Amino acid sequence: MASKLDLDPRVVRTARRLAAKAGQPVVDLARSHTTVSVERAVLRLAGVHGADQDGIPWVNRLVDAVRADVGLGHGVAVPVFHAMRSTGVDDITVLAQKAAAGAIRFDVPSSRSDLSFVKRAAKRATGAGLKIVDRRRAERERLIKRLGDPQQRPWIYLIVATGDIYEDIPQAQAAARAGADVIAVIRSTGQSLLDYVPEGATREGFAGTYATQENFRLMRAALDETSKELGRYVRLTNYASGLCMPEIAALAGMERLDMMLNDSMYGILFRDINPIRTFVDQRFSRQVHARAGIIINTGEDNYLTTADAVEAAHTVTVSQLLNEFFAHEAGLEDWQLGLGHAFEINPELPESFRLELAHALLARELFPDAPLKWMPPTKHMTGDVFRGNLLDGFFNLVGALTGQGILLVGMMTEAVVTPWLSDRDIALQNVRYVLTGAGNLHEDFVPAPGGFIQQRAHAVLGEAVDLLEKIVDDSMLTAIAEGTFGIMKRPADRGKGLDGVARHEDGYYNPVTEALEA
Amino acid sequence: MSIVRPYGDTTGDGMVQLSFTLPIVHDKRAEGAAIQLANKMGMDPALLVHAKPMGDGFTFFVVYGKVSHLVDTEKVQVVERDFPLLSAKEVNATIKRRLRRRLNVVGACIGTDAHTVGIDAILNLKGIAGEKGLEYYSELSVTNMGAQVSVPDLVETAREQKADAVLVSQVVTQRDAHLQNTRAMSAAFREALPAGKRPLLIVGGPRFDELMAGELGVDRIFSRGTTPREVASYLVHALTGSSS
Repeated sequence: MASKLDLDPRVVRTARRLAAKAGQPVVDLARSHTTVSVERAVLRLAGVHGADQDGIPWVNRLVDAVRADVGLGHGVAVPVFHAMRSTGVDDITVLAQKAAAGAIRFDVPSSRSDLSFVKRAAKRATGAGLKIVDRRRAERERLIKRLGDPQQRPWIYLIVATGDIYEDIPQAQAAARAGADVIAVIRSTGQSLLDYVPEGATREGFAGTYATQENFRLMRAALDETSKELGRYVRLTNYASGLCMPEIAALAGMERLDMMLNDSMYGILFRDINPIRTFVDQRFSRQVHARAGIIINTGEDNYLTTADAVEAAHTVTVSQLLNEFFAHEAGLEDWQLGLGHAFEINPELPESFRLELAHALLARELFPDAPLKWMPPTKHMTGDVFRGNLLDGFFNLVGALTGQGILLVGMMTEAVVTPWLSDRDIALQNVRYVLTGAGNLHEDFVPAPGGFIQQRAHAVLGEAVDLLEKIVDDSMLTAIAEGTFGIMKRPADRGKGLDGVARHEDGYYNPVTEALEA
Repeated sequence: MSIVRPYGDTTGDGMVQLSFTLPIVHDKRAEGAAIQLANKMGMDPALLVHAKPMGDGFTFFVVYGKVSHLVDTEKVQVVERDFPLLSAKEVNATIKRRLRRRLNVVGACIGTDAHTVGIDAILNLKGIAGEKGLEYYSELSVTNMGAQVSVPDLVETAREQKADAVLVSQVVTQRDAHLQNTRAMSAAFREALPAGKRPLLIVGGPRFDELMAGELGVDRIFSRGTTPREVASYLVHALTGSSS
């Protein structure tokens, strides 16, 4: 796409350079720490599965047992595979069960030859898990080749959230038949703060359905059927966020999910999860997503629900640049970056639509090869469903005019009820009308040189550069502690999940990270 | 005039609109069924203006029609604001004069509810609809515990902070979670603290019925559209026993 905003390439380069400078200390932090969830993800890839009778997964029991004996700083791979060798247990889940019963004593071998033997064994086992991820990715590529991608951009993204996976399935299939290209199964409220991944098919959730490996498998299988029936590959989305983000990323890779919500700061700001925990988990989960060919969706839309969408527009740009830096560092490619932004400007504000266009186009031009995720209004949805439907129509129009990659379908009943069947139908009708009616209008939509839209985009980019400079000076963790993003203040020594973070000891070993960075 | 009817375009015409979905395939019979439902709901005559098949075996309807019901506005029961609405300045001055210390407020979203939008709108400096939140009031000391706070943690924090008032926000209403959580919260405070020591208990959320305060064991319920200023004014009214 030819430039419509006439952005100064030097300013854009400066912004990227500053984002890298601000982000690098966070990457260093992530490279020198591990977390309980990263280690559990390693064990999941090594083949530990299932849960005890209280529903606590064996990966949790095993990591807890290892940690009690030798701490987390060496990584669990070495102590676990050392124990397998010395006890002669060859099934890693059985080892976890024995460890949970207190029958295994973990330590780190001191001899070099023992160590290299154990590392090889760990690498073999986790390599088998990564092979599953690779097979799933190849399978997706085959299916897309055979069935095809959606005919239009943006892809139409719809949410399903009943709490019961067996209700979700027919709803998701119906949504796909009605035109959805991407189905997102919203998670149960509260899952982000669980420090374990629930097991099995679940039928009880609050405002959403638990993310479990079995639920992933069931939904993917159902959508595969529907994809064949429709002759287009229907993508499935879930959430790699919260305290178990690395494990959920691994499960998503093994069950061929196609997109995962995965923001670099969302958990910190909106769930009060410890910043270090988040950044460590984040990097690992992104490395897994990179390998699995999963498109990540970042959460910049959320900043605008707490802060003012005009005043805080540049914080979205800053977060997108940081998310891009962290994503590239973790090995994700541009086509995997569903960077988020949202239509959240107060509709009472004069020129609000023009401002929305300027912001959306800025994101488009800053990240020309990323499938941007365009999020509908929520904050100014009042319960007036008629006005809500109109706002959603304008939101769709911005999506069509600015070449967005993924369009989350707005519901006129936002803030009223979880979407009804008819709400979804009306919302899709709205999207179809606008996308069809507008057609290739984006070709004709060229903002006047030096006009309002260009000026606004330049101003936001300028503010973003200023803020990035400040973040570089103060350090990113200080910026987060001081409430720079989305108003919330989150110091690095507070927040949930901090006790699950450990600094690497000398000789820390993680066969999965090693393979993913190779 | 205390007796009224819905108004379409003429006084007394009683016209209303209604939309709904029936789990049946769209055909003549489905349209008849929609009219039957509207009739049973009191719409007579009912005019089916739109019927559209949706997915497998569902039809969406829009019906306009006349209802004969009368509404007596004299007999409506609502919680009218029974305290004066004060400015931030007046709130601060009254607390200073009557309490001679800052008034302590603890707020949280309890249970699994992760939606802090309500509590943040009331508490955060940012506020809502152009009104600053309670953090803006110099005589209010605000502790915002955020989302997914457990009831025991809330009680403990309220005790530590010597809270004069506890504000709880509940947005998620699936399976009546907001009602259950509120009852659990008020019961925990009753158990933990004697009557004279208990903070003022206030819940808010878009789906609460303001008349249910007694039933839920709280002092006050605020429903949709509540602003920080109203909450601050209520706090002053209830806790300083003053109307000015």
